[in-house]
Amino acid sequence: MNQTLYLRRRITNYLFIAFSLGTALFGLVWLGFILFALLKDGISSLSPDLFTMPTPPPGSKGGLSNAIIGSVMMSVAAVVVGTPIGLFAGTYLAEYARHGRLAFVVRFVNDILLSAPSIIIGLFIYEIVVVPMGHFSGWAGAAALAVIVVPVVVRTTENMLLLVPNGLREAASALGAPKSFVIKSVTWKAAQAGIMTGVLLAVARISGETAPLLFTALGNTQPSTNMNAPIASLPVVIAQYALSPYEDWHTLAWAGALLVTATVLTLSILARVLEKKRT
Amino acid sequence: MFVAWDQCELRPFLRGILLTDISLNEPSALTARAETARRGSAGDTRFRYIALAAAIAVLVIFAGVIASLIVGAWPSFKEFGFSFIWTEVWKPTKDKFGALGLIYGTLVTSIIAMVIAVPVGIGIAIFLTDLCPRPLRRPIGIAVELLAGIPSIIYGIWGLFVFAPWFQEHVEGPVIDSLANVPVLSTLFGGAPFGIGVFTAGLIVSIMILPFISAITRDVLETVPSVLKEASYGLGSTSWEVMWRVCLPFCSTGVVGGCMLALGRALGETMAVTFVIGNAHKISPSLFDPGTSISATIANEFSEATTPLYTASLIEAGLLLFVITFIVLACAQMMLRRMEAGKGK
Repeated sequence: MNQTLYLRRRITNYLFIAFSLGTALFGLVWLGFILFALLKDGISSLSPDLFTMPTPPPGSKGGLSNAIIGSVMMSVAAVVVGTPIGLFAGTYLAEYARHGRLAFVVRFVNDILLSAPSIIIGLFIYEIVVVPMGHFSGWAGAAALAVIVVPVVVRTTENMLLLVPNGLREAASALGAPKSFVIKSVTWKAAQAGIMTGVLLAVARISGETAPLLFTALGNTQPSTNMNAPIASLPVVIAQYALSPYEDWHTLAWAGALLVTATVLTLSILARVLEKKRT
Repeated sequence: MFVAWDQCELRPFLRGILLTDISLNEPSALTARAETARRGSAGDTRFRYIALAAAIAVLVIFAGVIASLIVGAWPSFKEFGFSFIWTEVWKPTKDKFGALGLIYGTLVTSIIAMVIAVPVGIGIAIFLTDLCPRPLRRPIGIAVELLAGIPSIIYGIWGLFVFAPWFQEHVEGPVIDSLANVPVLSTLFGGAPFGIGVFTAGLIVSIMILPFISAITRDVLETVPSVLKEASYGLGSTSWEVMWRVCLPFCSTGVVGGCMLALGRALGETMAVTFVIGNAHKISPSLFDPGTSISATIANEFSEATTPLYTASLIEAGLLLFVITFIVLACAQMMLRRMEAGKGK
């Protein structure tokens, strides 16, 4: 009787270990599957033309230069606008109102925004920027991306500032420095690497975002650097080209996909390295 | 930490103090001190208000999202009322819209994704906390988290060109054939193998949300006091019994919270779903058939919406999506917060 019970428990345990091992393999297999497909189809379509020539009409030679430029311009604008807001809001949460009611609400709302569907952000910017302006534009795209940057930076800034030991703040205050000065030259300095991590993560996040750009920046087949007009972006071009029936557009889509993934993964790994250095 | 005087950032304040100390009675020093303090405090207030304004900006963005969606959806709400939610009709040419088909697609893909991702995500977390050889933990952990870093659009293009054809040939075909005579399952997994469809979309979303579940589960599993585990092992429990009867119950709130967070992501997943769901405005009994979801419909049709009512209907669908994800995410947060609060005890 006891023998069978013992055996049954042992078998359950082996099954459990096998299941758990299997799930880990399952996860890794998908990663391998995706990266392999990207490398296989992406590398063969890489060429210098990608960076020098604009998006072509079907059937002719071209690259992705205008899409790359558009993506970079919108991302830079989004980070320039979004980072300070995120930084100050995160600072407010960590330094001024740790346990206050306002801080509770802001934290709650921020975490919702962090996971909210990005296509909703696109609709929001469409309503408040595109409709009043009367046309799609690079600025609208940048605004949508900025709305995505803010919550990421708020979250990491707050977390990183909370890790700064209170002793540092007290020491600086004891020397007579006003609070703003303590924050600027002591706590921000101490949390510098962590805050940079947050910004890098935000950049990684927005460089692959497609949904919020679809009806804000729209896209532009002509090379354009005018932020006040529709502008091409890498993710949107990938989406359009992948869903088109043309074989050479598919090739460009794969090349773009490889570029985007390489950028995003490099940024996230960089962020991780930076984070590790801090701890 | 010693800093040279001319590099010291606190210099202006220190000088104020030192001057007072050295020459308490000199009027010029006193005014200098007062002046520094006044300037300091003015800057201080300004800084505080900037921080406060930024925090409020976050609230304003959130309120703006809700307000703009409600305003944008108003024409559609006026036209269709609440029946928008339970009518299954999508006829842009006749200006008739009802979101039931979209809601169905969104919910079903998310359910499929959760059914797959929850056990697998928890399994990975258990593997990484308890079973994996130590040197492999970090690399495997990073690899799984990379899955979360890959942008949605990449899953989409991969799903459309690589995964769907493979799935169609090696999974859908055989499954449909082998289940053809089983009563309920033949309907659920019937029809023609398209490769793309609701099931494929759910499967791909499950891969995308895996890392969220496993990362949070891993975090909360680390909070289980080792005394509990040791006591349980000491009583002769197997690894499975320790995990299932001690660790998981201990941090169940956190695990459920993590799963809700992942569900929030699954509901709003856009590009990957748009590519592989098939974009068919109908509710099919078979999971292998094409369907559509709220986010996929908005992504596909918004910039081509011709009439104001069409645009408004799409925005109303977006509002519905936002409300659903808000509820799910709010629950997730409440659970994770409670878990975090309990950690201190």
